[in-house]
Amino acid sequence: MDPLTLSRLQFGLTTVYHFLFVPLTLGLTWFVAYFQTRYYQTRDEDFRKLAKFFGKLFLINFAIGVVTGIVQEFQFGMNWSEYSRYVGDIFGAPLAIEALMAFFMESTFIGIWIFGEGKIPEKAHLASIWLVAIGSNLSALWILLANGWMQHPVGYVINEVNGRAELVDFFALVTNPKGWLFFWHTIAAGLATASFLIIGVSAYHIFRKQNVSLFKTSFQTATIVGLIASTLVFFGGHTNGQYMFETQPMKFAAIEAHYETSAPAPFSIITIGDLTGKQEVWSWRVPAVLSFLACNNFTCEVRGVDDIQAEYVELYGPGDYVPLIVFTYWSFRIMMTIGFIMMGLSFLFLLATRGKYENAKWMKWVPWVIALPYLANSSGWILTEMGRQPWIVQGLLKVEDAVSPNLTVVDLWISLIGYTVVYGALAVAMVYLMKKYIVAGPDAALHESVDVAPTLVGSQD
Amino acid sequence: MSYEFLQTLWFILIAVLWIGFFILEGFDFGVGMLLPFLGKKDEERRAIINTIGSTWDGNEVWLLTAGGATFAAFPHWYATMFSGFYLALFLLVIGLIIRGISFEYRSKDANPKWRHTFDWMIAIGSFLCALLLGTAFSNLARGVPINADMMYTGNLFTLLNPFGLLGGVTMVSVFLLYGSTFLTLKLEGELRERARELSKNLYVLAAIVVVLLAFFTYTSTDISTKIGINPGFTPLSAVIAILVTTFFINRKMEGWAFLSVALHIVLTQVSFFTLMFPRVMISSLNPEWSLTIYNASSSQYTLTVMSIVALVFVPIVLVYQGWAYYIFRKRISTDKKTLIY
Ligand code: HDD
Ligand code: HEM
Ligand code: HEM
Repeated sequence: MDPLTLSRLQFGLTTVYHFLFVPLTLGLTWFVAYFQTRYYQTRDEDFRKLAKFFGKLFLINFAIGVVTGIVQEFQFGMNWSEYSRYVGDIFGAPLAIEALMAFFMESTFIGIWIFGEGKIPEKAHLASIWLVAIGSNLSALWILLANGWMQHPVGYVINEVNGRAELVDFFALVTNPKGWLFFWHTIAAGLATASFLIIGVSAYHIFRKQNVSLFKTSFQTATIVGLIASTLVFFGGHTNGQYMFETQPMKFAAIEAHYETSAPAPFSIITIGDLTGKQEVWSWRVPAVLSFLACNNFTCEVRGVDDIQAEYVELYGPGDYVPLIVFTYWSFRIMMTIGFIMMGLSFLFLLATRGKYENAKWMKWVPWVIALPYLANSSGWILTEMGRQPWIVQGLLKVEDAVSPNLTVVDLWISLIGYTVVYGALAVAMVYLMKKYIVAGPDAALHESVDVAPTLVGSQD
Repeated sequence: MSYEFLQTLWFILIAVLWIGFFILEGFDFGVGMLLPFLGKKDEERRAIINTIGSTWDGNEVWLLTAGGATFAAFPHWYATMFSGFYLALFLLVIGLIIRGISFEYRSKDANPKWRHTFDWMIAIGSFLCALLLGTAFSNLARGVPINADMMYTGNLFTLLNPFGLLGGVTMVSVFLLYGSTFLTLKLEGELRERARELSKNLYVLAAIVVVLLAFFTYTSTDISTKIGINPGFTPLSAVIAILVTTFFINRKMEGWAFLSVALHIVLTQVSFFTLMFPRVMISSLNPEWSLTIYNASSSQYTLTVMSIVALVFVPIVLVYQGWAYYIFRKRISTDKKTLIY
């Protein structure tokens, strides 16, 4: 593999990995803050236990989000130096602001929250978890504005002298609709992720008749939030799609495997392409629905991949401007299907909470729903990022021109293998702890460690 | 504000971020390296980790912000340095990852093997970070091969020259001393005494390497052409600050001992950035090819926007981080009931 492919592989792997932990952080802080607030208001021990229990799971997850985030921050310079030179003027700003505004806030107040109980007034302790929630969601906003700019560059000019993109309108960068749509969709997805984790974990304990009343509270809260959040995810996603149709028509055609321009355009339920992904072999389509998705009416024209490719060749010179359709098409389908399933499930669960669901047999299977948002989150990013190929900044800079020219294949194999080994080990430790603390339940979470601490370390003393 | 003024301002701001990072995370690294050696029993190790438990993450953000600010204000500096020092930075990141995760995970399982592994990961991670950062900074002072296209043409081994390594060893030694003086401030009883005894030995090591590094800086960098033989006030005070520490350690003036090491770190960094200015990366191939604040910076517009942002947020950050230190100013005991991590 060449340095470019290796850098892409590494960036994709480390970022998708980072984003396995991010959504739960984004959503779960709000729940912990809410439970703790309810305890503060009602003095009901159950809420205290819930805050502690889910707080513990939150921390186990948060730690990995933090350490893998460091890699993200450095990777632009390390692997994409030409990209960094080209866009540093614009892209660096939201990244620096993210650190200054959000990372400081979440990292400082998480420390205060963990260590401050009993040392600071209860109100200040409560405020600190709310500040963590605000901080982490702010961090998402800034990184998504940065990413939004790569998808839909605004507020810049190309400097004739040095050929770099330069910022001329900070306000346009901050109000880029692309970034805000990402924010809406992602924040809602984060809340949905946390809701489904809570639904799954609560069902696990309810089914085993452990702390039933307490977990019924969390189950109920999470189904309500889950239903609202997954509905918001859906509308956010739909709006995202429409804006994509305007700003990134090639990506839009690619997530639909829509090869030929048509009006009205049919929506694909299943399309099988040939091995290169450039040609359709067989498909099952519903007429006119794609037109509706794109522009809210059943007749508008949706341009196809082939058409746009021809236009881009004229605009940008010879080259292949078609993303890998297999990935964009299927990741979109996976995400969307899961989106509908999540909406449906949270609605059904909500209905169930009005009856005697705690003894139901199906509760046994509910913990498996935890996997759904994880699949959807990863698919969402894969389609967003791979749908942008071959561009790193839409219409301005190609990925192949962005990679660090000085890196050798050896450098990249060392780092790729290194990250994989370390990330693999992190995942093992994390899953082990998560399982242990979930199974141990809320009473154990009141103590720092589930087990009785040993007095000796190893063979010393 | 003129373009030149903004470029200078951002050079200073980034210097401040690095100094903040080294002052704060410096003792974290030291504490981390000392952990398996100073703590014999489990509670002792927990107490040691708890001295930095509430603040290490916030301290680390100084580094992330320094990185982000470099990206925004001097994109070429960010691009050349981060891609050029690729493997060194990769190892630094690995060091940061393994120690960060260990603080949070270490006490969440009682298995002695589990705890032992994470303790060593804290120590090794902290050591790697200090060694690599010291090596990188002394190479920056000495100059690295950069061609006319602002491209680093060396590899990892280019950085592992004697002067670079001496810089690495110096940073490790100073942070060890910094960590042990910090622990005498934060711990109680026998552990505190142990940390004090250790400080005495670590002082000797730190003093020797600092003097060596100061001496070889004359032969390995262009400092003598820039300022002549007279080192000037700042570097001289930096060396003196570390030398007087022994006085404070022996008289059990713990706060002063800690402050004098901190002062040494600040003064060394100030000397470093003064030596560099207005260059941000010195080319060892041709002085003309060095990156400076003028040829590496963002546009005037970006710098203006970022200055306003910094003006608003830096004071806020300083206030709440200061508050966090104030809350947790008490000493940490080995009483299990009071330990968190
Ligand atoms: C701020 C910028 C930014 C942000 C927030 C993200 N990405 Fe991205 N992504 C890029 C900037 C980028 C990039 C630098 O533009 C890459 C690197 C190489 C490339 O092709 O685009 C990229 C590639 C890339 C790839 C590989 C695509 C390919 O090689 O064909 C994947 C799977 C992802 N990203 C996934 C993600 C995920 C899961 C993210 C959520 C955290 C994410 N990206 C956030
Ligand atoms: C590729 C671009 C990205 C970069 C450079 C990046 C950078 C970072 C860094 C440096 C941290 C650690 C901060 C700390 O120490 O507290 C972090 C954590 C975090 N990031 Fe990212 N990140 C990226 C993508 C994203 C995206 C797209 C989101 C959200 C939509 C996000 C949300 C978060 C959150 C919530 C945290 C807090 C810790 C956690 O995840 O548990 N990041 N990120
Ligand atoms: C219900 C139907 C859904 C639709 C119609 C939808 C639509 C979309 C679209 C069009 C994008 C790409 C935006 C762009 O590249 O411009 C996207 C991205 C994404 N989706 Fe979805 N989505 C749905 C469900 C979900 C669900 C259930 C989740 C996770 C729980 C999710 C998580 C994401 C994420 C993390 C991204 C990347 C960030 C972003 O582009 O906003 N989506 N979605």
